[in-house]
Amino acid sequence: MKTLAVLLLASTMALSASSCAGETDAGSKVLVLAAASLSDAFTAMETEFEAANPGIDVQLNFAGSSSLREQINEGAPADVFASANEAVMADVVASGAANDAPRLFAHNVLQLAVPLGNPGGITELADLTNAELAIGLCAVGVPCGDLAREALASAGVEASVDTNEPDVRALLSKLEADELDAGIVYRSDLVGMSGKIEGVEVAALSRTGTDYPIVVLSDSPEPADAQLFVDFVLSAEGQDIMAAFGFSNP
Amino acid sequence: MALGVVGAALFVIPLVGLLLRTPWRDLPSLLSSDVVLDALRLSLLTSVLAAVVSLLLGVPLAWLLARVEFPGRHVVRSVVTLPMVLPPVVGGAALLFALGRRGIVGEPINDATGFLLPFSVWGVIVANTFVAMPFLVITVEGALNSIDQRYEAAATSLGASRLTVFRRVTLPMIAPSIRAGVLLAWARALGEFGATVTFAGNLQGRTQTLPLAVFVALESDRDTAVAISLLLVAVSLVVLVTMRDRWWSRS
Repeated sequence: MKTLAVLLLASTMALSASSCAGETDAGSKVLVLAAASLSDAFTAMETEFEAANPGIDVQLNFAGSSSLREQINEGAPADVFASANEAVMADVVASGAANDAPRLFAHNVLQLAVPLGNPGGITELADLTNAELAIGLCAVGVPCGDLAREALASAGVEASVDTNEPDVRALLSKLEADELDAGIVYRSDLVGMSGKIEGVEVAALSRTGTDYPIVVLSDSPEPADAQLFVDFVLSAEGQDIMAAFGFSNP
Repeated sequence: MALGVVGAALFVIPLVGLLLRTPWRDLPSLLSSDVVLDALRLSLLTSVLAAVVSLLLGVPLAWLLARVEFPGRHVVRSVVTLPMVLPPVVGGAALLFALGRRGIVGEPINDATGFLLPFSVWGVIVANTFVAMPFLVITVEGALNSIDQRYEAAATSLGASRLTVFRRVTLPMIAPSIRAGVLLAWARALGEFGATVTFAGNLQGRTQTLPLAVFVALESDRDTAVAISLLLVAVSLVVLVTMRDRWWSRS
């Protein structure tokens, strides 16, 4: 399945490359592979960057960080990689796909989320042990799932989990549908889902977070323009965008 | 002939790819882990029950569609076969909106009895039946439409009731199609992923069937994912080959 995704990605990029082959400086394209949790923030980032840099067309491809790592390792030609997790980035660097050291550009923390109106009456992490309530986490192996388990373990809470969702979006949609009483997601998700779900403040979760590294890939056909995008993300303007979407400084 | 070979290659090559990626030496230990055994047990249980429910409800439904003139029959037939065309995730979401704890049917049931389908093994069976039963219904309905209805008419004219006609005349004639339909429904239920994960969630031992276990393992443990995939292929092949010999060569 991942190989198929790589093939599809490669063929779309081959098509886009051939379509701009006749143009010169005017039509540079930068393909950014970014973690799914960056969807909203990087879409805004793209708009602002393109306004500031006419002539550079940023294309965004969102997926789980570990899926993106597979695509990069299978040789998908891309310019920039932004990961939700330092371990995944370390794998990419170790495979020689990046020349420079990755730079951290954002920090995201965990967040206890409940449906609107908090039907389960959740107030603290210990409520997750209540077997009467429907509790969801991300699955093991997905960054939000591993982080949530780390936080629960260090708080000594053994959650009565009803479902381990394959990614954070699936978990969010079940919370929005009010089928789950609580789930552990990212704080940035709460911004994207405002008016659809609520957050419950829990100190043990807001202490547990993940840093987002970004890097220009060594196979980039447009390394200079790719670097411009990375610099923009790290700039004060880029950091303001990240903050607006619920991320903090690394 | 060349096109036929290309057609066959489309199915053979991915299988070869899977076999080449298989960690044969570690296979016994990978396949005897709790996660895999739980998922195997759950998959067999839920797919067989989904096939049984499909049989019990699908044959009468097929008969209704083939033999009873009622207004809106074409609409009902289209709705029944819709799950074959819909992405399973859409089906799962629709089930959630209908039978979830805030669903139009699920909420009154939950209020009255406290019973909830999502995140339970019953939810898996419902999701499996939802995607699998159409295969049985169209197979059986096709058989009902193609048999010579004069036998049924003759039995009726001799005074047999509708039930007797169905049991003694119709059923023996469509039996091979019912078997084929049950097998198709079972096979579809065994491979079901999208509707299950959307409607019933994913919890080891309760709702994590083999396809869900593969998907989750792909994120973290590729060897286990490949091992489970191979197990699914093996289970499917064994059943398809034995059933084919026993059922289809005879008919």
